[in-house]
Amino acid sequence: MKETDWRFRIAHREAWIGLGLALFNFVWWFAFAYGLGSRPVEEYTYILGLPDWFFYSCIVGFLVMVVLVTVIVKFFFVDVPFDEEQEEHR
Amino acid sequence: MNYSVLIPMLVFLIIIFFIGYWSSRKLASSSNFISDYFLGGRELGGFVLAMTMVATYGSASSFLGGPGTAYTMGFGWVLLAMTQVVTGYFVLMILGKKYAIMARRYNAVTMIDFLKARYNSTVVVLLSALSIIIFLFSAMAAQWIGGARLIESLTGLSYQSALFLFAVSVLVYVTIGGFRAVALTDAVQGAVMLVGTLVLLIAVIISGGGVSNIMQDLINENPNLVTPYGAEGNLSAAYVSSFWILVGVGVVGLPQIAVRAMSYKNARSMHRALIIGTVVTGFIMLNMHLIGVFARPILPGIEVGDKVIPLIALETLPPWVAGIVLAAPMAAIMSTVDSLLLLVSSSIVKDVYLNYVKPDASLKTIKRMSFGVTGVLGTIVFLLALDPPDLLIFLNLFAFGGLEAAFIWPIVLGLYWKWGNKYGAVASMATGIISYIALHFYNIENGNLFGVHTVTVPVLLSLVAFIAFSLLINRQAYDYNAILYRNEKQA
Repeated sequence: MKETDWRFRIAHREAWIGLGLALFNFVWWFAFAYGLGSRPVEEYTYILGLPDWFFYSCIVGFLVMVVLVTVIVKFFFVDVPFDEEQEEHR
Repeated sequence: MNYSVLIPMLVFLIIIFFIGYWSSRKLASSSNFISDYFLGGRELGGFVLAMTMVATYGSASSFLGGPGTAYTMGFGWVLLAMTQVVTGYFVLMILGKKYAIMARRYNAVTMIDFLKARYNSTVVVLLSALSIIIFLFSAMAAQWIGGARLIESLTGLSYQSALFLFAVSVLVYVTIGGFRAVALTDAVQGAVMLVGTLVLLIAVIISGGGVSNIMQDLINENPNLVTPYGAEGNLSAAYVSSFWILVGVGVVGLPQIAVRAMSYKNARSMHRALIIGTVVTGFIMLNMHLIGVFARPILPGIEVGDKVIPLIALETLPPWVAGIVLAAPMAAIMSTVDSLLLLVSSSIVKDVYLNYVKPDASLKTIKRMSFGVTGVLGTIVFLLALDPPDLLIFLNLFAFGGLEAAFIWPIVLGLYWKWGNKYGAVASMATGIISYIALHFYNIENGNLFGVHTVTVPVLLSLVAFIAFSLLINRQAYDYNAILYRNEKQA
């Protein structure tokens, strides 16, 4: 009875995934925004009318995160019960 | 008075009333009043959960202040606003299943219930209840003022009448319907925000002659507007990045958000909410702030940032559509206010009154208390908002950052770090709040320390305090299953 709740292992892994995603999100956002955005304005190119740094950092970055979150949740997140087994349903 | 704008907004308010009434009928038949009134009986589905998180989080600042600043600052501020995409998945992933399981195990209905059970300390409970009541009460009052100003500028009613209209609508459905009414109206309000921002963005792009055209106008006016550095070139990378803490990952520590992370039905709802929440947050933030920037060439020279969105909507849309679209910021403000109101009243009734004043109160007393406190709080906010005192505005400044610095580690490390104890929690909360307030004054005098937002350093200091005090005083590993053994023994 002293072993860890099996659901906690899953919960812990998913929390780490959340942290990893946020880090990745930050790096993507920062790299494109300040990597491309620090050039002189005359050198900017425009995609769909928007400055390239903004397009890659915020628009593509947002879409990438949506795809990543969807894929990770669908394939790596496990459905676990929240109520204790011996507990009655409220 | 502008009836063609006013009527769609009134229709919107009536729909919201109807939802409040409908939830109250469900509440009347409920067997567990507390859990139902303050938590909707832990049965929110994925869509409602995602929407209520987005709607609670998206406040006057995301719909009026934020786009207004984007109007002045240009694309740098849109970049900053997009740091909020992370909240869509981060909060639910970090608190996630462990929080859901522990909240049920502790039978926790509020965030403070969770802290109480985890740290088993009166000081922790009272300190948290006090910070929630003071800071969120002020935050709420500030939102009421925003809501009333919006109605005032749209309808031409006087500020007092606008505030009255706003107050009555919020109070009726929060008092009657409780959390479920709030969550459901949040879902409707979230949907309104989603559609409203899209319609307005399209209208703005068309009236500006296309995105390329708008971009050319911006560059002609000031090339800095299309850089990440702001119109004056003074938005540094460090400053903008520090908003990842204030409006991104730090949101985990906000009580009004954290309480939602214990309200869902099952893991499947949580999974759906993760995806929907990410899409909706990103979409709304991107649209609203782009609208702010794009509005600049169309309506130059707006002095008050908060007026950019109402003015551009009235300029680019037919009046009745503007009425519907402007229901979006209205929705954002109302949904933030109602959640805060409920949270403050739950802190008073549930966390203080039931814990320490009268633990054996009868169901009838609790019911009457809950309705009564919610109603009285609303009335006090209304009276204060009529002529806001300086203290209120001052406290509101600390509401978000201060609460994040106070609560983030006691919640997150309380969940995942077994060495965390009450000494760490108290030290962390005290360090967070005190250093936040101190740094706030330092930054006003000397400019931002390290060039980052005020919240950054206090969040780090409160982490150090939590770890140091937990390890130094009365170090003891916490057993997350202990409460389970106790329940079993009783059974």
